[in-house]
Amino acid sequence: MSVATATPDLHQVHGLEGTDNPGPAPKRIVTGYGFWIFILSDMVMFSCFFAAFAVLSGETAGGPHGAELFNLKNVAIETGCLLLSSFTCGMASIAADLRNRFWFQVAMAVTCALGLAFLWIEFHEFADLVARGAGPSRSAFLSAFFTLVGCHGLHVSAGVLWLLTMMAQVFAKGFRADIQRRILCFALFWHALDIIWVAVFSVVYLLGSGA
Amino acid sequence: MLGKLTWAAIPFDQPIPLVAGAVVLVGILAVLVWVVVKGHLPYLWHEWITSVDHKRIGVMYVLLASVMLLRGFSDAIMMRAQQAVAFHSPGFLPPEHYNQIFSAHGTIMIFFVAMPFVIGLMNLVVPLQLGVRDVAFPTLNSVGFWLTATGALLVNVSLVVGEFARTGWLPYPPLSEMTYSPGVGVDYYLWSLEISGVGTLVAGVNLVTTVLKIRTKGMNYLRMPMFCWTTLASNLLIIAAFPILTATLAMLILDRYLGFHFFTNEAGGNMMMFMNLIWAWGHPEVYILVLPAFGIFSEVVSTFSGKPLFGYRSMVLATMAICVLSFMVWLHHFFTMGAGADVNAIFGIASMIIAVPTGVKIYNWLFTMYGGRIRFDTPMLWSIGFMVTFILGGLTGVLLAVPPADFLLHNSLFLIAHFHNVIIGGVLFGAFAGYTYWFPKAFGFKLHEGLGKAAFWFWLVGFYVAFFPLYAVGFLGMTRRMQHYDVPEWRPWLMVASVGAVLILIGIIFQIAQLVVSIRDREELRDHTGDPWDGRSLEWATSSPPPVFNFAVLPDVSGEDAYWAQKVRAKQEASAEEPHYEAIEMPRNSPTGFVCAFFATVTGFALIWHIWWMVIAGLIGAFATFVVFAWRDHDEYEIPADEVARIDRANISERRDMISAAGSV
Repeated sequence: MSVATATPDLHQVHGLEGTDNPGPAPKRIVTGYGFWIFILSDMVMFSCFFAAFAVLSGETAGGPHGAELFNLKNVAIETGCLLLSSFTCGMASIAADLRNRFWFQVAMAVTCALGLAFLWIEFHEFADLVARGAGPSRSAFLSAFFTLVGCHGLHVSAGVLWLLTMMAQVFAKGFRADIQRRILCFALFWHALDIIWVAVFSVVYLLGSGA
Repeated sequence: MLGKLTWAAIPFDQPIPLVAGAVVLVGILAVLVWVVVKGHLPYLWHEWITSVDHKRIGVMYVLLASVMLLRGFSDAIMMRAQQAVAFHSPGFLPPEHYNQIFSAHGTIMIFFVAMPFVIGLMNLVVPLQLGVRDVAFPTLNSVGFWLTATGALLVNVSLVVGEFARTGWLPYPPLSEMTYSPGVGVDYYLWSLEISGVGTLVAGVNLVTTVLKIRTKGMNYLRMPMFCWTTLASNLLIIAAFPILTATLAMLILDRYLGFHFFTNEAGGNMMMFMNLIWAWGHPEVYILVLPAFGIFSEVVSTFSGKPLFGYRSMVLATMAICVLSFMVWLHHFFTMGAGADVNAIFGIASMIIAVPTGVKIYNWLFTMYGGRIRFDTPMLWSIGFMVTFILGGLTGVLLAVPPADFLLHNSLFLIAHFHNVIIGGVLFGAFAGYTYWFPKAFGFKLHEGLGKAAFWFWLVGFYVAFFPLYAVGFLGMTRRMQHYDVPEWRPWLMVASVGAVLILIGIIFQIAQLVVSIRDREELRDHTGDPWDGRSLEWATSSPPPVFNFAVLPDVSGEDAYWAQKVRAKQEASAEEPHYEAIEMPRNSPTGFVCAFFATVTGFALIWHIWWMVIAGLIGAFATFVVFAWRDHDEYEIPADEVARIDRANISERRDMISAAGSV
């Protein structure tokens, strides 16, 4: 590596030409980067379920359509819970960066409560649909609906489990470097679920209610 | 209590799987008893099963692939024998058993031979080529391997407990739905692939992160050896494609277990969606397999021609072009299923376009050899055999990419001949080239050359004799997967093909003999320098086998062919200056991967047989394993600087002797 020049040469793409690779990246970078890649793969999986939903959304087999089934008020509350939980998850990340145990646990506990509230509403929505004879085996549309939304719900459930584990870890071990990295990954995961939910909300509920 | 599992699951009335299963079981028990009695168990546990060392994990991947190759090949030779005798006769395999055999053959060869073989070689070599000490996620790497092993185990369990799928290597619905396949065969298929698919994804994330984030000083992207580039491309494809497989199989699982209607005939299900989804994974999959093989050939051809790779940058471009294009051709797997002329034309042209970057690669290898001083060691023989064979397979592929031609050849033995031509001639030859080339790096001694060459010739000739007749019977109208037939014109070709299978069998026997003889004569075959082939990339800059930390001091790279440049410099300067050694931190071994795979096996088996309490127990066990892993306080250990220095000095002195000996010639 030579001495840095005052104006960076735009023709030099880092790592491709010009500047030499400085060596292996630090662990925090590596872990975060790897987890990003995992999230990308997870999004590919969701995109398959989205594609299946798009293909099958009209295949109601004489059964109910989305417009007859979806309760947008409930969905709005769900969305509110999840978006708010992303905010509190961000607060937990800040608390972790500042190594403030108290506020970390508070923010994580609130995130957990919001996640559980989301799951509770979703569970009731599913139970209600099944009770009304609109379960997943009623039609291909409902199969795709339950799978896509349920897959997101399963991710949130896994996230809650992970969240509780992180709270316990910080309680028992404090903000060790490896635990900080895990908190980083957890935050990425939780925010990614929010992004997926925005797509679920738009594609499944908004478009589905309109049609 | 045990779900659908009863004594009826054991096929007491079918001698072939029962005897085969018994022989395997006795073999496993014998090995286990030998290991325990000889006291090797602690060594195996501490040094291999719990190892998070990328080299060890790579070796275990290749070992798994080799064992499964034997299983897959037994299926193959049974099919060839069946078709050789089943003219106007039922043969010796009843239809329901024959159907399981071709399904298991394809599944095993793709998922548990080709995949672990290339992933194993990537694991073994890539960190060494990048000049670093480890992969990005060592423990996850171990988890990934053991989950792959779980999948392989479940497939083999199906041989004696229950049955395997009869639906082909891709379980097309509605045949694979509960209505038409009520047994547990498809469930074995689904769960073993879901579990091993997670393992593959983990390996993909790990290797992409390693290539992109963990390279030594000065190892810029365009200085990486070609194998690292193809590893990157292949693993990017894994990350983008394997989630599609996971999702698609999950939909089929939901159809089968919970009465969903993704692919069913009733209630609006759409089975064409399965074709599209499965091939959106399936076509990239063939490039996941063959790109690393291209990388191996690049390394081998350059090393044994004594020249830098011709057109390195065009090779990089061709690799990445294939990586992208591989996602745009999936529909050519079902031209005949009603997409219409326009769509077929687009996908046909897209498929032919892939031949362009592939052609670039072939020319680059040829020009690398041109003007070189070529040494015809076994890895080079595999490479040259590959070039000839793969061009033929590629040409028949371009033929199949023409939709009107495909309408004639679809699902015929012509297709079977084509994809065996590219997978054996491309992937498997590449895997064998890599195995022979890097074996001394992994174990410190070379493989026996004479037996290796014999194995090569039997494989090569055997391949042509076994598969070129299939092109002919394909033209004569024979479709794939036939348990018996009554067309006299096909018979001679099928007889020839079975002779080819026997020649390949002799090739495999030579490979086993080569391994045994090489282990016996390891002192004569010892690689003292760490550089037995006069190599060009950094894996040859360290000893064979490398120390656990790979490099005492991370190399500083200033160009392509980093180790070649080092050797040239060393000859000119012969500096005696010793590097400054520092203590090295390495990750501690961990049983997480093994324990996790144990619970995955329990869960998978329980899911297949609907033993719900065991499913829950397995899942809780897996979660508990991760929590225990996360709770440990010391995840690294330190190798003191003195120890590093001692190991490195020994290697340097042997290397000096080699260089001075080479200089005096």
